[in-house]
Amino acid sequence: MKKQLASLVICILLFAITVNAQDKFFTKKGKIYFDASAKMEKVEATNRAVISVIDIKSGNIQFAVMMKGFEFEKALMQEHFNENYVESDKFPKAEFIGQVTNNAEINYSKDGEYTAKVKGKMQMHGELKEVEATGIVIIKNGKIELRSEFSILLSDFKISIPALVKENISDQTKISVDCLMDPLKN
Amino acid sequence: MNKGSKIILCCLVATFFSVVTYCQQPDLLKLVGDDVPTKEHVSNAFKSTRVINGQSMEFLGKGVLDFRILHRFGLINEGVTNFYGFDEAKMRIGLDYGLTRNIMFGVGRSTLGKELDGFLKIRPVWQSKGPGSFPVSIIIVSSMTLDPTKSPPSDSLKFQFYSSRLSFYNALIIGRKFSERFSLQITPEMLHRNLVDSVKFSNDIYALGIGARFKLSKRVAFVVDYHHIFYGLQPGTYSDPLSVGFDIETGGHVFQLHFSNSQGMNERALLTQTTDKWGKGAIRFGFNLSRVFTVSKPHSANKKGNW
Repeated sequence: MKKQLASLVICILLFAITVNAQDKFFTKKGKIYFDASAKMEKVEATNRAVISVIDIKSGNIQFAVMMKGFEFEKALMQEHFNENYVESDKFPKAEFIGQVTNNAEINYSKDGEYTAKVKGKMQMHGELKEVEATGIVIIKNGKIELRSEFSILLSDFKISIPALVKENISDQTKISVDCLMDPLKN
Repeated sequence: MNKGSKIILCCLVATFFSVVTYCQQPDLLKLVGDDVPTKEHVSNAFKSTRVINGQSMEFLGKGVLDFRILHRFGLINEGVTNFYGFDEAKMRIGLDYGLTRNIMFGVGRSTLGKELDGFLKIRPVWQSKGPGSFPVSIIIVSSMTLDPTKSPPSDSLKFQFYSSRLSFYNALIIGRKFSERFSLQITPEMLHRNLVDSVKFSNDIYALGIGARFKLSKRVAFVVDYHHIFYGLQPGTYSDPLSVGFDIETGGHVFQLHFSNSQGMNERALLTQTTDKWGKGAIRFGFNLSRVFTVSKPHSANKKGNW
């Protein structure tokens, strides 16, 4: 009985240690930029309040972004983006839950630049879609910076472009991500 | 149960838990509190800054210039000789500008009476949701019209004064976007004419405007704009202006197609010069065309390269 109790305590301690270890990094001020420009018009916006957390031990990585936080150059375009395209009142948030597939190749304790492959599921406009991207991980002064560029198809997320503005908005949308992450203290 | 089986059970439970955590990634975002609700303004209650004739609770964005062309055709019940009203048209051409997110102003000129008008619209309270939210928007509108015509021979005394050609309009718009589809606003309004045709007439007119929007699809909405005049006009000499129509939005344009018994396109003409009656089929077709231009770019930092 004593032995069992001891192992239980050890188990709990082990758990506690794993949870408390400095293995998670986060930001609430990450940046996501997208460009859905077609021939006629520049359609681009930036969100500067991207929330992201990475668990460097497991390679788990998650992003959350409020759709209404995308800022456009043209106020009306921003309104139409929210009202007609991504329907921000119905689907306020986009999320990505994934994993760094080559996590073992990245030495998070040593400053430098590493290539990272990320695979996971992205949820936007009520649609869930498998997304894969490559990016770079920059380790510097105990902080992690993530940068990536990839493309998605708006039609994959059931964001429809009316025929009238086909010349203005591209289905293929380029997305750039830049997140500078600090250690997450519990 | 002996010791061995207990250990095996422990192991099984442990493996089960680890499998669960492996398959279903823990919600890391919860650790940084991504679900904290924030106060958020409610926008897009109407597609345009006008319901049809009256001002709506909607504003232009900051630095946005709105070029507006309004047409009101003749009476439909004049029949084919007047091509159901299309043979004649009154128009107003105007420019509106969004100074800040909550202040806009505009000027315009109507062919009806050759009147000039200008307005200022301010939103002290903006409908919002989330913590510290407010259920309605409250908007103040103040406008002025000037009759630029020379003094008519019959009235050589009074009309000589510049001030006699002025009218002033003040209104308080209380509006709410109830759902994605439905918005409603009520507008207690007051018009003051510096000069009226007779001492028997009142200089002040009090009315209540009601504007409603019902979205039929993402880009098409049905709108109603009604003004009930309570006081100030001689009974039998006027009708309450009622307009119904559709807003159609295409990128940078908004088309408002409608039927109305009024011909006036500024507040003075709308409230005092509407005489036609819906009941007699005395209605007109009309449209408002709005085209916006982004003049100053407040979000110029949103281009890639300088983010």
